[in-house]
Amino acid sequence: MELICPAGTPAAFREALEAGADAIYCGFRDETNARNFPGLNFSREELRQSIALARGRRVQTFVALNTFMRAGDEALWYRAADDAVALGADALILADFGLMAYVAENYPQQRLHVSVQASASNPDAVRFLVETFGAKRVVLPRVLTVQDIARLTRQIDCEVEVFAFGGLCVMAEGRCSLSSYATGKSPNMNGVCSPASHVRYRQDAADLVSELGAYTINRFGPGEASGYPTLCKGRFEVGDVEAYAFEDPVSLDVIDQIDALRAAGVSALKIEGRQRGKAYVAEVVSSLKKALGATPSERAALVARLRAMSEGQRTTTGAYDKRWR
Amino acid sequence: MSSLPPILAKPVDIAPIWLVERVARLIFDRVMKAHPDLFERLDIYRQTRFGFSPTDLPLHFTVLPAARSLTVSRGQPPLADARIEGPLALLLGLLEGRCDADALFFSRDLSVIGDMEAMLALRNALDDSAIDLPRELGALAGPLSPLVSRVARNIRTRALEGRDATWN
Repeated sequence: MELICPAGTPAAFREALEAGADAIYCGFRDETNARNFPGLNFSREELRQSIALARGRRVQTFVALNTFMRAGDEALWYRAADDAVALGADALILADFGLMAYVAENYPQQRLHVSVQASASNPDAVRFLVETFGAKRVVLPRVLTVQDIARLTRQIDCEVEVFAFGGLCVMAEGRCSLSSYATGKSPNMNGVCSPASHVRYRQDAADLVSELGAYTINRFGPGEASGYPTLCKGRFEVGDVEAYAFEDPVSLDVIDQIDALRAAGVSALKIEGRQRGKAYVAEVVSSLKKALGATPSERAALVARLRAMSEGQRTTTGAYDKRWR
Repeated sequence: MSSLPPILAKPVDIAPIWLVERVARLIFDRVMKAHPDLFERLDIYRQTRFGFSPTDLPLHFTVLPAARSLTVSRGQPPLADARIEGPLALLLGLLEGRCDADALFFSRDLSVIGDMEAMLALRNALDDSAIDLPRELGALAGPLSPLVSRVARNIRTRALEGRDATWN
């Protein structure tokens, strides 16, 4: 299986290369990519240099144009696709059907991957994207069990990529409006979930309080591991119970399922984290690269220290083996 | 780990502010000259007043990138648009991109207040800049450059033991 690695900056891109990535995904500094955070992402020139560097090492570069085009502003997305193709991207990762159609019509030779944001999770949806736009690979949303994935891969004529490690969203990828509800901006339309401009942290006695817009998201006691200030990871009072109403602040880790995923017909494992620093990229990519070649008993030790890199310093297998409440 | 060893903290603690500020400014000027990409990536946030408060030193560093100014103070933290607090070794590890800021935040080793967008831009700009503080320090030491760089690297290795990533 290929290892698909994140890069939010050229420095992180170089780290992923050195650490053994088979392919690196990245995006431009605008609303065309779902990690549109300040100081992050690539200029056209940086992408050109990075692609050349990767090609010299026989590593592929995927460009994520994985937000949904805003009516009237489609030119921004079309131009990004034009530039990514011209710069030599090995694949474009797309979520918007309109943008898929544009790429399929104008660049029929360009390899097209279906972003997780497109939320294609059943054979009919994937077949439609393959037949209509010539999609070569689908990145599956994190809603399926390993058994579901195995059933799906048998029914489609398309490579399958799944997330193996990193941040975890609620099970509505590409359709989640929680951030938009609280801040007016969303990953789907603006490339930002819980934009930093709306995030505030404050100390309240010994507690750390996180706020998003007008909402208090969480209150962490002394020494308690913290998480991202997203509504989906908020701790709320529901009835008489104070708890994580949507999901706990944890990261995904399915390294112990590598063999099962391979047997299920998965072609590539994806690491989440373009918004993370190069230290994260170096650590996670090198650990997973070793894990891919290790025996099952060796894998646990290899990835144990990755837990410290994880949100809430905890990990979960999420939907892959579906054991949540 | 992470707290500054007394043998290093004490001299900084008793040194006059003007001396600490002079050394810090020399390094700051050198970093800014050597990494113009840092300025470019900061974009509009170069107008932000950033505060850095090491929790193991009674000092505060305030930086305004647009004015290329750095000031050092003691006592209450001076006004800043965004402030980060944590052990000095981890703050310097972040400056070099050797530590993952999110991981340190999850573990509560770091705390951030104020303009999060500006702080995020700074984090990302620094992360891409490949700053090497021992090299920068060495460059200021004239003929003693190799010795200073080597000593600084040794200190860094010990200070970040177990906290920095596998470095390529």
